[in-house]
Amino acid sequence: MNTTEVSFDRSRPAPRAIKIAILAMGGEGGGVLADWMVDMAEEAGYYAQTTSVPGVAQRTGATIYYLEMFAPVAGVGAGVAPVLGMMPTPGELDIVLASELMEAGRAVQRGLVTVDKTLLIASTHRVYSMTEKTAMADGRVDAQRLIEAGYAAAQRFVHADFARLAEQNGSVISAALFGALAGSGKLPFVRDQFEQAIRRGGVGIDTSLAAFNAGFAVGASPQAVAPSRAAIHAEPAAAAPGARLQPQATRIGRDFPAAVEPTLTAGVLRMADYQDEKYATDYLDRLAAICELDRRHGDGTYRLLNETARYLALWMSYEDTIRVADLKTRRSRFERVTQEIGAAKAQVVQINEFMHPRVEEIADTMPAALGRWLLATGWARSLVHRFAHKGRVIQTTSLRGYLLLYCVASLKGMRRKSLRFQAEHAKIAEWLGHIQTQAGADYALALEVAESQRLVKGYGDTHIRGTLNFDTLMAALPALRKGPDAASRLRRLREAALADDSGKQLAAMMSGVAA
Amino acid sequence: MAERSFKNEVEKLRLGAGEEFHGEGILAVTKALLQSGVSYVAGYQGAPISHLMDVLTDANDILEELGAHFEHSASEATAAATLAASVNYPLRGAITFKSTVGTNVASDALANLSSGGVTGGALIIVGEDYGEGSSIMQERSHAFAMKSQIWLLDPRPNLTSIVNAVEQGFELSEASNTPVMLELRIRACHVHGRFIAKDNVRPAFTLKDALENPVRDVSRIVLPPASFVHEQEKITKRWPAAVKFIEERQLNEFFADGAQDFGLVLQGGLYNTVINALVLLGLSDAFGNSKIPLYVMNVTYPVVDSEIDRFCSGKRAILMIEEGQPDYIEQNLHALLRRAGIPTTLHGKDMLPMAGEYTAAAMLKGILRFVQQYAPQLIDQTALPIAARPVTAGSKPFPVPVIDQEVHARPPSFCTGCPERPIFTALKLVERELGTHHVSSDIGCHLFSILPPFNLGATTMGYGLGAAGAAAFNTRETSKRAISFMGDGGFWHNGLTSGVGNAVFNKSDNLLVIVDNNYSAATGGQDLLSSRGANPLRVTQVPIENAVRGVGVKWVRKITNTYKLEDLRDSMREALTTTESGPKVIIAQSECMLNKQRREKPLVRKALKSGERVVRERFGVDSDTCTGDHSCIRLSGCPSLTIKPNPDPLRKDPVVTVQNSCVGCGLCGEVAHAAVLCPSFYRAATISNPTRFDRLRDRVRRTVIGFLQDRIERRLAGIESIH
Repeated sequence: MNTTEVSFDRSRPAPRAIKIAILAMGGEGGGVLADWMVDMAEEAGYYAQTTSVPGVAQRTGATIYYLEMFAPVAGVGAGVAPVLGMMPTPGELDIVLASELMEAGRAVQRGLVTVDKTLLIASTHRVYSMTEKTAMADGRVDAQRLIEAGYAAAQRFVHADFARLAEQNGSVISAALFGALAGSGKLPFVRDQFEQAIRRGGVGIDTSLAAFNAGFAVGASPQAVAPSRAAIHAEPAAAAPGARLQPQATRIGRDFPAAVEPTLTAGVLRMADYQDEKYATDYLDRLAAICELDRRHGDGTYRLLNETARYLALWMSYEDTIRVADLKTRRSRFERVTQEIGAAKAQVVQINEFMHPRVEEIADTMPAALGRWLLATGWARSLVHRFAHKGRVIQTTSLRGYLLLYCVASLKGMRRKSLRFQAEHAKIAEWLGHIQTQAGADYALALEVAESQRLVKGYGDTHIRGTLNFDTLMAALPALRKGPDAASRLRRLREAALADDSGKQLAAMMSGVAA
Repeated sequence: MAERSFKNEVEKLRLGAGEEFHGEGILAVTKALLQSGVSYVAGYQGAPISHLMDVLTDANDILEELGAHFEHSASEATAAATLAASVNYPLRGAITFKSTVGTNVASDALANLSSGGVTGGALIIVGEDYGEGSSIMQERSHAFAMKSQIWLLDPRPNLTSIVNAVEQGFELSEASNTPVMLELRIRACHVHGRFIAKDNVRPAFTLKDALENPVRDVSRIVLPPASFVHEQEKITKRWPAAVKFIEERQLNEFFADGAQDFGLVLQGGLYNTVINALVLLGLSDAFGNSKIPLYVMNVTYPVVDSEIDRFCSGKRAILMIEEGQPDYIEQNLHALLRRAGIPTTLHGKDMLPMAGEYTAAAMLKGILRFVQQYAPQLIDQTALPIAARPVTAGSKPFPVPVIDQEVHARPPSFCTGCPERPIFTALKLVERELGTHHVSSDIGCHLFSILPPFNLGATTMGYGLGAAGAAAFNTRETSKRAISFMGDGGFWHNGLTSGVGNAVFNKSDNLLVIVDNNYSAATGGQDLLSSRGANPLRVTQVPIENAVRGVGVKWVRKITNTYKLEDLRDSMREALTTTESGPKVIIAQSECMLNKQRREKPLVRKALKSGERVVRERFGVDSDTCTGDHSCIRLSGCPSLTIKPNPDPLRKDPVVTVQNSCVGCGLCGEVAHAAVLCPSFYRAATISNPTRFDRLRDRVRRTVIGFLQDRIERRLAGIESIH
């Protein structure tokens, strides 16, 4: 019915919609951000359209909101509406907003960010994916690669931890991103038009405007180069040994290479904190032999010594009930909790612990002979089990709860005689023995043996499973040594042990080793 | 109470003639229904028309003012059967549901309805959940239209066209005595746009008139011989009447006809994406003034032969742009052109993808291919849009670094504090003892159990069909039982009969876990028969347990707090091991956390403001005792339970942390206990506006504990140097 005469004037640029995509996760307020933009554009006389595919994506899944804004065109009658797009076309986006760093990566991956025209505004905070979170060790992706991809793909890349900016201002990320968009100057609207849209929205106006303001500053500031990897992965500041640990500190400086000093220092601090200065000395004693071997067989980087020192410190400070009680009763811990939950001075804070010491843990804490007797004596065991089979909630901020944990922590003096101490130290000696045996013949294998200790972690069943996996790897050493590439095969076994918590992959791989 | 409130927006439904409406597609549809003088509306929620149901709920007062009745139907079949009111009476009725799943459920009633035909306009508004973001099998509603001969509207996705389609749909239905289906794609449902409103219309003939003057006509009932007559009527009377109406009222649109000797035929719903592609190729301006002739099928069934004849005559070729498969329209056109002896070449799925969504990029490439074959001079090869540039060896259209490893899929998942999560944690714990089981899943949020970290569930056969999906696993040769899940939504939809009644009747020993979270949660928190809250419009608070016992289940356990992990685990263990025969049903009840938060947050804010004592609980993890094994995450998957860099310089693996979004549901503590995980979890209670007693007790505690903490600090003094 509509037959229109079409004339194209190629000499002047055709009016074109501003195209914007918001990549967000369900429940993050991406819709609010889209609504602000539509409202602002319509108020300015633009045609604006937004679409989304909420569906089940509303439940924390990745989702895209798409907007187009079309400026009023002179000479076009009222009622003649532009035909606006329903979904983003890769390569055609003017602006992409991502509420999280991996979502920014997804925008790049989908071709929505192009160097000729796209302004990419992304928050650099991470909402880890399930794959990253459930890994048994470290499954995080490389955030630096995502940031570099943003720089490589975009015409301009504005990034900051907008989630933190929003939180600092008691608001949500959409307000901070909206501010950054305003600050970037990419849209043909002035700051007041943005702010009016927030005001008309009518929800949480003051906090939204505060977050908007913080975002605006980020968007308005020139930012041309990617931050260095070091800036992103800042190492926690290392503590220095105090007066009581001066002998150990001197010894580290004198007897050990400088390359391992940070690890050794952290190690002796941990030992003294865990037990006493004598324990710190024991720690260094154990490492002396490894140091000598590394000096003789290593390449001068002292990786074997460094990794052995790391895992030895962690192993020697194994988390028994005494240690847990000790850490939980400290003032610094109370302060940390208060800070983490963001409690104000006028509020009262109560901290409840979830403890589940079973017969095994109780026996572990006892003097070795008594502990062994408890585990081996049916009636005694079942008697204790009656009190210990259920998990307990202990309120550390109550007098009763605190005193209980304080008393457990004060058993530290007896720790050296405990069943667990003896068992752990026997295993430590065995592990160090393996490292020493291998260091000369196969340095790489020795290093892998040292790193295998990473498998032993957690509590209860998790700890048992990790220990069993570790034992499996150590038992495989003779068989591995017979073949080539023992080190890389041991590493693959370790990776298999960390691949799932059912032990399936490790078992499958072990059947190959045995044969 | 639905997840999203349209209380403010529905006031737009009162706009009068000439006023401009701005808003979302579904709201425009509601306005169009009111402008059409609709007498009754029914439906069943589900994306993308959940919000339509929510709008109608919030607009109930306005509907009542106009004498219109609105129902939340028990299922899509109920909704479709509701249209029976338009069979004998000149009542306009509309129903709505998610397609194609809802259409599957409704198909019996729809077939009966369309066989006998209608007197009053009957409109079936289907939300076509196809393409990105869809949670269902990718099929087309088109098949239902064809098999039952229901006319199918697929309007251009702007509000004016959509509103017109609703109004014309009723008229078409009445003119041809046939129900009409209006297909709205997901983006059209949620598109924000504008249109010029008309006044709302109170129907001339009302439900009251019908009830007080009943009419029957046995020739409208599907029973021989009438059913054979119906089939003839469809072909000889109703079809020609429909075609006549479509032609006369110009429901389908021709653009730029005559501009070229080739053209595009498209489903109306794809119009904007087609124009977008043409603009990028320099073949249209932004206002839709195309250089290429377009025939836009706002009615995709039936195909109007004469209009195809007209469009194809004198054209070398046309491109049929039809999303999804099978390519019903393309096949139809082939037959039509051949029968009419028209030599125009017909392209379609040979140039566009056979299957899958017609995304902007797919559309661009398909149209470019077609135009390049028939008029390459129209394309400026030097200015091709990026997405249409050919991928040659060594050159990528997007010269960006490959970061595939860094970008993980992020499927939807259980919300923070979701009460359904512990149910699956409990099952994981039971499986540690009793081994893995066959698990039959259902539709609903609980289906997220199939994803990490739970990885539980082998099949899902449809809404409410969780128990039915395990029906075959009923054998005396093993004592092992199948486990099935069903939500409260699915239970009332059909699960009570298809699953529970069926299991009783067939002496099944299986375990059915009914997830009762007080709402139809996955579709946006609509109320159900068993919802615990009072609803002024509906009857609620009908216990599922009564219904289950009513159909004969003897072994029923009700867990009224799903966060009690040990209770759930023990009940499941018992259900899987008891010697009692017959189906075992566990009803696991806790309120959907999204809805609970929406209900409670304003109350808490108010209490805080008025100075009342408020206790807020949340969980945390001590990073110095967390060893970075992440077992807790593998048993929970809560969004607020996540990881952060390890503050310990000796450790490499990230530690677990709880974000401030934690709602203190308690699962973390339960998992720590039940799975004997680790002592790193703590639950912190923050008391705002503490009472004098609170403050006094706190002061005493601080004094004593502070004294002991001084002692600890003295003991540790000198280990670390203080800068």
